[in-house]
Amino acid sequence: MIAKRKPLLPTVLLVVLFAVLAALALFPFYCLALASLKPSKELLRYGLNVKLQPELLSFRNYAFLFSASAKKYLDWYQNSLLISAVYTVCCLLLSSMVGYGLAMYRFFGRNVIFVLVLLVMMVPVEIIILPLYKQMIAFRLIDTFSGVILPFVVSPLPIFFFRQYAAGLPKDFLDAGRIDGCSEYGIFFRIMVPLMAPAFGAMAILQALASWNSFVWPLIVIKTGSKMTLPIGLASLVTPYGNNYDILIAGSVLAILPILLVFVFFQRYFVSGLTVGGVKG
Amino acid sequence: MKADTAAVAAGKLEKGGAVKKLLYSPRIAPYVFVLPFVLSFLIFFAYPVFSTIQMSFQEVLPGQTRFIGLDNYKNLLSASFYTALLNSSRYTFWTLVVLIPLPLVLAVFLNSALMKWSSFFRSALFIPSLTSVVVAGTVFRLVFGSLDESVMNGFRHLFGLPTINWLAGSGTAMFVLVVLASWRYIGVNIIYFLSALQSIPQELYEAAEIDGAGVWHKFWKVTLPLLKPVSIYVITISIYGGYSMFTESFILWNGNRSPNDIGLTVVGLLYREGIEKNNLGFGSAVGITLLVITMIINVIQLKSFGLFKKEE
Repeated sequence: MIAKRKPLLPTVLLVVLFAVLAALALFPFYCLALASLKPSKELLRYGLNVKLQPELLSFRNYAFLFSASAKKYLDWYQNSLLISAVYTVCCLLLSSMVGYGLAMYRFFGRNVIFVLVLLVMMVPVEIIILPLYKQMIAFRLIDTFSGVILPFVVSPLPIFFFRQYAAGLPKDFLDAGRIDGCSEYGIFFRIMVPLMAPAFGAMAILQALASWNSFVWPLIVIKTGSKMTLPIGLASLVTPYGNNYDILIAGSVLAILPILLVFVFFQRYFVSGLTVGGVKG
Repeated sequence: MKADTAAVAAGKLEKGGAVKKLLYSPRIAPYVFVLPFVLSFLIFFAYPVFSTIQMSFQEVLPGQTRFIGLDNYKNLLSASFYTALLNSSRYTFWTLVVLIPLPLVLAVFLNSALMKWSSFFRSALFIPSLTSVVVAGTVFRLVFGSLDESVMNGFRHLFGLPTINWLAGSGTAMFVLVVLASWRYIGVNIIYFLSALQSIPQELYEAAEIDGAGVWHKFWKVTLPLLKPVSIYVITISIYGGYSMFTESFILWNGNRSPNDIGLTVVGLLYREGIEKNNLGFGSAVGITLLVITMIINVIQLKSFGLFKKEE
């Protein structure tokens, strides 16, 4: 081994520091998991503590989630899955088209449209939620899934991402496709979409996550309990008149679970999705 | 006669073909590609922005609206708007103080050759950002519960400190909000800084070493200046995030009603006025003010970083 020997002490110090930080980062998950296994009466009486008390632990709360009395929880889960899936598919299709169009063609108005994309990215959404709410009433989309999905389905961040990605693709494919008699749309769907697969991967994960976790807009649009998404359903359980901890805590654990699984399998895409645009700025 | 109809039909066909041909031509195709954005921009952005500006000068009642000039803005000079603005500003300030330097330093550590298991630690710190604010807020509500045995009160007891009701006092409540934000976003910011660090060419450090630069010197003279673009980006999104914070306090205090408004934020006020009280005019005025504030802060910070030079 010719490699320079690493000094041991700084390495040990760094590892210890990060071990402590990692423990702090994961500690709330431990608390949540522990609480989900305890009877809710215990939580109300003593609050959330870190005592293990094995005699109290059971999967009763989870069993309750799948019982008939917690039917609304399964409804919320279903709604969230449906909304996230539809949103993600539509968002990827539409924003990849826009991003690709902006990157591949030189046409009149291109720069104006790109500046508008950046503008939408820069204005906090919260500012337009009131007029959007009024608009949804006018369009009769209040309390519908379309109302949740439609206003944000063409989203500036993925457009920007796809534009950056498509700009890096060789334009030769475009000419080759044309010579072979492919239409402009054929070129996009048959040649470019497969080439942009990694971009689709990164954006699929980030957009699905954003939709799964989104709160303010669904809170405003959805009025009926059975149509709620998971986050607003869970939030509705926390009331000043007593908490439904048995559904809330175990339900929260199950709400995190799919995201954790996705993260474990697609870590790389999370990172590439996050860092585009930010760093090159 | 027959020949005529055939000709007309052919003409029609040609016309239909022409439309199709035009739609498929490389000149029109780009407009078809960007059409979804243009439509969505006009319907779900431009019109709402225009309409919220208009509403901010109106009293919006069901079925009728009345122009009232600047009255909504005059009403902003109220205690609750002042409270909301102060809370949002305090929150933004503290999240900036914690969430810029700390992730930067941690990213430098993680990137160092001395570091072991770097990707594991990076993942562990990133995972909190995947949870929804609703779940994260619920956990923090319980961890910072008011009862004797609640985690953080139990922790205080270790040092002989008494039990406190975290979410009842303005200072401790702000502390909980900032801890929650730090927990959720530290990993994300670390990744931003880390990817910028990894794009710094190693030769720069080697050149600095030849010039006799030590660790400290290399950090100040090479690393920090090259992290400027990503820092500006992170600061900008943190300011937006800080001033648009709402869900966190909605969850911590059972939905937008904290004692003495200690958790009221600007967006919380917008939600309360616009959605809960259906006072869309006043809510819009709050929104426009929020827009102006975030714009001003960003212009100031972009300008002070000298970022208004034209760049490609």
